[in-house]
Amino acid sequence: MNETVDVLIIGAGASGAAVAWSLAETKMRILCLEQGDWQKPSGYPSSGRDWEARLSEDFAISPNRRRLAADYPINDDDSPIKIANFNGVGGGTILYAGHYPRLHPSDFKVRSLDGIAEDWPIDYATLEPFYALNDRMMGISSLLGDPAYPPKEAVMPPIPMGRTGQTLGKAMNRLGWHWWPSDAAIVTREYEGRAPCINLGQCGSGCAQGAKGSTDVTYWPEAIRARIELRSRCRVSRIETNEAGMATGAYYFDADGKEIFQPAEIVIMACNGIGTPRILLNSASDRFPNGLANSSGLVGKNLMLHPYAQIRGHFDQPMDGHRGSPICTWSHEFYETDRSRGFVRGYCYQFSRGTGPVRAAINGMADGLIPWGEGHHAAFRRLFGHSAGMVSVCEDLPEETNRVTLDPDLKDADGIPAPKITYRLSDNSRKMLDHSVARGIEILKAAGAHHITTKAPLPYAGWHLMGTARMGADPERSVVNEWGRSHDVKNLFIVDGSVFVTSGGVNPTSTIQAVALYIADQIKSRLYELFD
Amino acid sequence: MTALEKNQPAEEPFEDARQTLLAIVGHMIPASTEFGLPGADDPAIYADILRSVGRDKPLLSKALDAVEAWAGGRLATLPRDQQAALLAEFRSAEPELAGVLEAVTARCYYRDDRVMAAIGVEGRPPFPLGYEVEEGDWSLLDPVRARGPIYRAVGEGGQRS
Repeated sequence: MNETVDVLIIGAGASGAAVAWSLAETKMRILCLEQGDWQKPSGYPSSGRDWEARLSEDFAISPNRRRLAADYPINDDDSPIKIANFNGVGGGTILYAGHYPRLHPSDFKVRSLDGIAEDWPIDYATLEPFYALNDRMMGISSLLGDPAYPPKEAVMPPIPMGRTGQTLGKAMNRLGWHWWPSDAAIVTREYEGRAPCINLGQCGSGCAQGAKGSTDVTYWPEAIRARIELRSRCRVSRIETNEAGMATGAYYFDADGKEIFQPAEIVIMACNGIGTPRILLNSASDRFPNGLANSSGLVGKNLMLHPYAQIRGHFDQPMDGHRGSPICTWSHEFYETDRSRGFVRGYCYQFSRGTGPVRAAINGMADGLIPWGEGHHAAFRRLFGHSAGMVSVCEDLPEETNRVTLDPDLKDADGIPAPKITYRLSDNSRKMLDHSVARGIEILKAAGAHHITTKAPLPYAGWHLMGTARMGADPERSVVNEWGRSHDVKNLFIVDGSVFVTSGGVNPTSTIQAVALYIADQIKSRLYELFD
Repeated sequence: MTALEKNQPAEEPFEDARQTLLAIVGHMIPASTEFGLPGADDPAIYADILRSVGRDKPLLSKALDAVEAWAGGRLATLPRDQQAALLAEFRSAEPELAGVLEAVTARCYYRDDRVMAAIGVEGRPPFPLGYEVEEGDWSLLDPVRARGPIYRAVGEGGQRS
């Protein structure tokens, strides 16, 4: 058996890295177990001529397609939105685009404002200092003064708009609608040892330049310098408890498949909105027959994924193509509730540049815009380098029927039950998707686009994994309290997207990390009464 | 292409269907004298396709079997115009399987040096040179600024302020 640690963090992704770094100042003995490995930037696809092909091979966003040693299978057959993730030091931040919006103040008060779902037990003002701290740690580029948000600082200048941002921005001005350069976890100048962005355009498959803020290049180097131990290739299967109902540590499989028990005084789950409920449900015991921390019955329930719609068009003039960060600007015009639209809550747009030649050809053929045969080359030349568009990120409301359970048959390489996803689009989400497609077409037409294509929902876009162990003051309606501690197990904390009460209509990483820093701060300030 | 891929022998999982696949990729992306382009059935490109099927191997086998069934035997032995007509029908009837054929073909065709040069893309990986992207005219945002805040302010107790 290993030596007991003070704090055991499970997962080295967005939230695990942030909580580890923050707790380092306590000088407690802290260990993080991560099922994947460190990534080598020199091995990222953008370093090779097969950079596009590898996006559907070892850097595919679906673990079911990737099937690397670090991955576990996910049964998502019963969901129109397929799950995306990455398992390794950095977690999903290795493959995310670095698009980095915050939630809006209204997102924390949807019950009070709109009479739906639940309010968060914390608010924007509570998280604001942690958003700001996280922006500095991750190296966020942005432009001051976005009218979609309360005032916030800019750490460094924004990513370039390019032809795409300008063309679509002019269209938005003609329509009188909001747009703004995206906040991005991409450094635009040298920052804390990271080289500035050189527009590789491959943020979604790891940044070879190190400009993108994945936690293996932001929080982890700092945390490790502060003597946090990170043990990679260690896959946790379950949390153990004692007769007092306290967590005593976790069982994990090492790289050789050997099962080991790691004792700990405090356990912190940071495995994302699917990995965390998977482990909690797999930790069922005589003491906790429905899974650990699950007296509410809500572990795994209220899964929110953010339905996406994609709207793209083609232009007579050349656009940015595959050069530059894929996402350049955003719009929050349709973010806040306006009941005249026929749905509650709202969505944002991410305006995106083009693709490389492989993806242009594949998409063009799939959309019927590029034929087989003699006309292939002429059609490809008309479209390649001339496309731009957007995706809408629609707020997904919590529903208990959307959930993560343990698959009765499917298991990973270590024999741990795989998660099974059951998910349906709500009527509200469908109306929101339809609205965003219609407005998106208007935007592209105002920009002069032709050959417009749409997809809704976008199937391979289940990046944002939220809500499956939500926070709240009421133990019957939530899994963790307002500072991230399990209602049932007093030394068990959850810091990842599982604790989200509602999803907002933006990418969640900024908020996931702000919440993790907030919970770490709560742990530090309550250290002498933590288990009361 | 990575060193790993270069050192891999050309896979031959489709021995029985290699002529079928060759015929399909040649129809999909034919050579063009007008644009100075090889076809996807060019020997070097086709060899790259064969060794780069990767995770699509099971689905590609399924697609080739389906094409053969559609063609009632050996697609490659049919007259070329008949092949083209059959493939057009197959593409309409089986878009998902056709998509697999398109993906494995495009992934290799559009990294060939001759093709990249012809479409105006430098034959190099994005890193380490990167690319230039226009900064943009920030004054375009003046009307957005002038409109003022659009977020929903929230007061004490969650009430709209």
